[in-house]
Amino acid sequence: MKILVPVKRVVDYNVKIRVRSDHSGVETNGVKMSMNPFDEIAVEAAIRLKEAGAAGEIIAVSAGPAAASETIRTALAMGADRGILVQSDAELQPLGVAKLLAALVRQESPDLVIMGKQAIDDDMNATGQMLAALLGWPQATFASAIAVAGPGIEVTREIDGGLETLSLPLPAVITTDLRLNEPRYASLPNIMKARKKTIDQLTPEALGVDVTPRLRTLRVEEPPRRQAGRIVGSVDELVAALRDEAKVI
Amino acid sequence: MSDNIDEESFAAFLDGMRRFVRERLVPAEQQVEEEDEVPDSIVMEMMNLGLFGIGIPPEYGGLGLTVAQEARLSIVLGEASAAFRFVFMPNVGLGSRSILISGTDAQKRAYLPRLATGALRACFCLTEPGSGSDAASLRTAARRDGDFYVINGSKRFISNAPRADIFVVMARTDAQSSSGAGISAIIVERGTPGLQVGPAEKKLGQRGAPIADVTFDDVRVPAENLIGGREGLGFSTAMKVLDAGRISVAASAVGMARRIIDEASRYAVQRTQFGQPIAKFQLIQAMLADSETEYLAGHALTLQAAETLSRGGDARNLAAAAKYFCSESVSRIADRAVQILGGAGYISGHPIERFYRDSRVLRIYEGTSQILQLVIARTMLKGFE
Ligand SMILES: Cc1cc2nc3c(=O)[nH]c(=O)nc-3n(C[C@H](O)[C@H](O)[C@H](O)COP(=O)(O)OP(=O)(O)OC[C@H]3O[C@@H](n4cnc5c(N)ncnc54)[C@H](O)[C@@H]3O)c2cc1C
Repeated sequence: MKILVPVKRVVDYNVKIRVRSDHSGVETNGVKMSMNPFDEIAVEAAIRLKEAGAAGEIIAVSAGPAAASETIRTALAMGADRGILVQSDAELQPLGVAKLLAALVRQESPDLVIMGKQAIDDDMNATGQMLAALLGWPQATFASAIAVAGPGIEVTREIDGGLETLSLPLPAVITTDLRLNEPRYASLPNIMKARKKTIDQLTPEALGVDVTPRLRTLRVEEPPRRQAGRIVGSVDELVAALRDEAKVI
Repeated sequence: MSDNIDEESFAAFLDGMRRFVRERLVPAEQQVEEEDEVPDSIVMEMMNLGLFGIGIPPEYGGLGLTVAQEARLSIVLGEASAAFRFVFMPNVGLGSRSILISGTDAQKRAYLPRLATGALRACFCLTEPGSGSDAASLRTAARRDGDFYVINGSKRFISNAPRADIFVVMARTDAQSSSGAGISAIIVERGTPGLQVGPAEKKLGQRGAPIADVTFDDVRVPAENLIGGREGLGFSTAMKVLDAGRISVAASAVGMARRIIDEASRYAVQRTQFGQPIAKFQLIQAMLADSETEYLAGHALTLQAAETLSRGGDARNLAAAAKYFCSESVSRIADRAVQILGGAGYISGHPIERFYRDSRVLRIYEGTSQILQLVIARTMLKGFE
């Protein structure tokens, strides 16, 4: 089984996000960037399938600026076999990325695409679904467990109030949820080995994909500052505050 | 040791280790404190990451970090409870280094690969009830008997002894000599008749990093377990690895200081008294600034010592000064942090209360502060005598 794992370069989850002064977006200059945490979970899931003997080759792909090759390198250090970078400095939106991935899927013919359910920068939660639609493949989103079952694959999904288990024929698209696994930290020898693995470079043009944005960002705002708490004197006062001020009951 | 780890790879590894500290070690600190043990899952991850073999060359299955790289890693890992470092440090430090420096080829091949993976866990037995700072006066005796050595004596405060598979024992092979020249290092494997490990001591801090007495009662070990195959190498070997050990303690103190200062700063910004965050009070700021300055000075000194030793330079004084300064300053930093937190810093369960206790012993092991002062002064004065 061949697995394609898309990985996105995002602002590190530990960085305190600051909005650019012109409200056009989030400050990324001089900010630490890392692999989207959901994508790390996807890479880990692919590696575990490989370690269990269920998968052969793992290809990590990323679309973005040249620096996104560092993110691919991280996936290679964790255990992916080779990488593909679709280099573009343009703003990439979910549909554009899904089209790029569809073009790569046609080129590489993987049996499975495992990807994060969303990226922590824009929280779109759309690319996996769009990719499945473009390819006409079955999809299982928000996976909390993946098991190879005969010729297909079984995916347990986290849904409101419980779990749902689906059986999918291959090829298929899976998007990962937080509880699927705890991704490994790359060991130093594996980081060094990853330096020697190949990363092919492509462009949207070479893949014949138009990535022109369809959406326009009007304004980005910081969330409102949290108000200081206050100690109330009685249950009645609490109920009154919740009803009249907070208007939550 | 190898220099062939490129900086970019090493920086990426350190980055991963920062996350390992934040995501795995720090959340497990309280559990380690309560159970007095590091969870197996974390030990497994440390094995997979190669931490047991950071100082062992790649040809024996280790990572082969230079002393300078090791120091940078120790600073990162030092931000979490000391117990975590003690899981693998005995394999990295004196245990494996004495085999690496003085061991025969057969000894290196027999032990280093398994020490590097963590399949074998080591401890280093030098201190005795009657000899601490004056280590050269140790009395544990190893008497040659045909193809064997017969060991008698007792060791005290041995880190990792309760979970060690091999014991690197410093023993007197020359009963005539009362100095270091009569001391040899011998490998004793767990399960050898006459070898006994006492119960883990209850101590002020560093829970999860067990120490215990080790006693030897007519313990017979094959003569080929004599490290280096020649008698009298033990003490000089220990002296050679001393500098690296002190730099390693200094580095862990630097990491600990960083964590303590961060915890105290976070608290100072959040805690309000007299209508404002206590961080606005200049008396609190003075404590934070003193701590930060001492941290920065210790950080610079430790890296200088580590880089000097990595280049093969004479680092005796630098290493002693780094260990002395960083262990003393982290105690002051921890003390100020308790003060900044007020009552909250005195309550069990808060990291600051734990670090206050954990930091104390850094001034005692691998050379007490007083012994280090003597080392530094002696070297200094040499130039004037
Ligand atoms: C948690 C912990 C882990 C340890 N792990 C190990 C281990 O793995 N292996 C091992 O072999 N040992 C280990 N030790 C032992 C440690 O190395 C010794 O405790 C240390 O060397 C000091 O020896 P001592 O305790 O006998 O103190 P002493 O040597 O009795 O010193 C008592 C006091 O006298 C001072 N002093 C001594 N001589 C002089 C002098 N000449 N001038 C001025 N002051 C002096 C000392 O500085 C100290 O303040 C450990 C100890 C602890 C607490």
